[in-house]
Amino acid sequence: MKQILSFILNGSPVDVIVTPTETLLDVLREKLGVTGPKRGCDDGDCGTCTVLLDGEPVRSCLTIALTVAGREVLTVEGLSTDGDLHPLQKAFHEHGAFQCGFCTPGMLMSAKALLDHNPTPSRTEIREYMSGNLCRCGSYEEIIEAIQVVAAGEYAPSGGKE
Amino acid sequence: MTEYVGKAMPRYDGIGQVKGQTKFVDDFVLPGMLYAKALRSPVHRGLIRGIDFTAAKNTPGVVGVVTADDIPGAKRFGACGDQPVLADEFTAYLGEEIALVVAVDEDTCMEGIEKIKLDIEEQQPVFDMFEAMKPDAPLVRPDLKSNLWDYGSGMTTRVMYIGDVEQGFAEADLIVEGRYQTGEQDHSAMEPMVSVAYFDEAERLVIHTHSQCLYFQLGQLAAIFNLPMSRIRYVGGVVGGGFGGKNHIHADHLAGLAAIKFKRPVKYRYSRREDLLYSTKRGVFILEYKTGIKKDGRLTANHIKLWHDSGAYGGFSPYGVEKCSMFASGPYHIPNTRIDGQCVLTNKAGSSSMRGFTIMNGQFPMEMQMSKIADTIGMDPWELRFINAWRDGDIGASRYVVRGAGALEAMRGAAEVHGIELPEHLLAMSSRGR
Repeated sequence: MKQILSFILNGSPVDVIVTPTETLLDVLREKLGVTGPKRGCDDGDCGTCTVLLDGEPVRSCLTIALTVAGREVLTVEGLSTDGDLHPLQKAFHEHGAFQCGFCTPGMLMSAKALLDHNPTPSRTEIREYMSGNLCRCGSYEEIIEAIQVVAAGEYAPSGGKE
Repeated sequence: MTEYVGKAMPRYDGIGQVKGQTKFVDDFVLPGMLYAKALRSPVHRGLIRGIDFTAAKNTPGVVGVVTADDIPGAKRFGACGDQPVLADEFTAYLGEEIALVVAVDEDTCMEGIEKIKLDIEEQQPVFDMFEAMKPDAPLVRPDLKSNLWDYGSGMTTRVMYIGDVEQGFAEADLIVEGRYQTGEQDHSAMEPMVSVAYFDEAERLVIHTHSQCLYFQLGQLAAIFNLPMSRIRYVGGVVGGGFGGKNHIHADHLAGLAAIKFKRPVKYRYSRREDLLYSTKRGVFILEYKTGIKKDGRLTANHIKLWHDSGAYGGFSPYGVEKCSMFASGPYHIPNTRIDGQCVLTNKAGSSSMRGFTIMNGQFPMEMQMSKIADTIGMDPWELRFINAWRDGDIGASRYVVRGAGALEAMRGAAEVHGIELPEHLLAMSSRGR
């Protein structure tokens, strides 16, 4: 039983035909060509499929696509604006906060949600908030460092390091 | 060149990674692409009597199946060339791939797989290395004469030695024995096993791979497909974590076979569950040590017996035994050293390379043994290691003459980092001579 799903994806309205059992990750990756969110476990454990739904981080592999009707979905593809990298993207790049990069799209989205809620998190708060995102290469220290420098305003759009 | 030395450089692929633009293998979704899933062995060890694919093939959305009969070339692959591409006579581990169902999506593949009637005779499996080595143990596979790996001409023990261990034990004041084991471990790369294969405009078979070693694998694939290497475009370069697990071919051979049979793009990928259960692992090692020591701490002899669990096929395990043997006596000068290594087959998914290959599987137990020796003779463990550490010109069991030895300097650095003050006579020692 197919239905038309309409929602806001990275700031633009989209319409797509989906079935009731398809997940948001299926629809993004297989139907809309949005392959930033990755399929790491398809079971809600690894966090690499994390996207923001109305500003809150969700596992897109556990989110039934039809539940996002009329809502705003932000993926890593929507992080940069007008060609400018988001401060977190700059910091992850310059601080080497990844090795293979497979966890990076989910890490960035969780980190954005963290800083949106808590602009000056402690190291402990960063570790706790990011604990649902796994990095098997072991770049955790650099990820924490990258989030810390963004929180400290080093990559702020106005002034600071560009 | 020197402008780069000592400076952190941005990753050449970093911007693509942070923008989510880097194309991993599973990110390729092609027009008309089919999906494949595998019928896997439901038993740890079995004989295949027959398979009825009729109902599976008649499932709406199923395009067809791929079996061993569809392989144009070599029916076996792997580093040792002993693993069936698709099982046709027997299965030797739970989850071994028997056939592929190819369909419009993965759900339809699974529906087709459920309808396959597989007639397989379950046989008694063997999981434990020491059970597998007993004379009356069931054979892991019907094509084996023994569950011990044959290194050639019936040689099942890899021996590395220098000096004479019996003479070394005779010279010793006491002997310390120890038995150590390291366990099985999964690589758990964030990216599960996946491959995408299709024919390009020049009729070349294109395979998008996450291989860690394209040129180990290209020859194997050419043999399976019976294609010259020039007809295969093997596209790699983006790996979502490997850690040694992607040195073995897991998906490229099967995606390629399906693309050849159906002349359409095919994606074959493992679920996380399949990846955890059926991909290659770091295999178990068990090492037994018998070490002779003088009262002053000098080591006179070290006899090591080691066993490595290879799983059902050779893979990199016979080589892993050799590599482990080279390092199992540590960075220590022991004039009489002998290592007897054996590679044992069991009815489990194959073991393979993982981070450091099998080196630490030998180094870890040797260091445990050194600590046990220090405890036994009542010597400071630093002192025991400093006395015996390699100096330039020493020779290990692999007959490698040590040049540029650095164990003493490394240990001094480790002590410094941990705020441990070493006595003067140890600090005065040098790797340049004894």
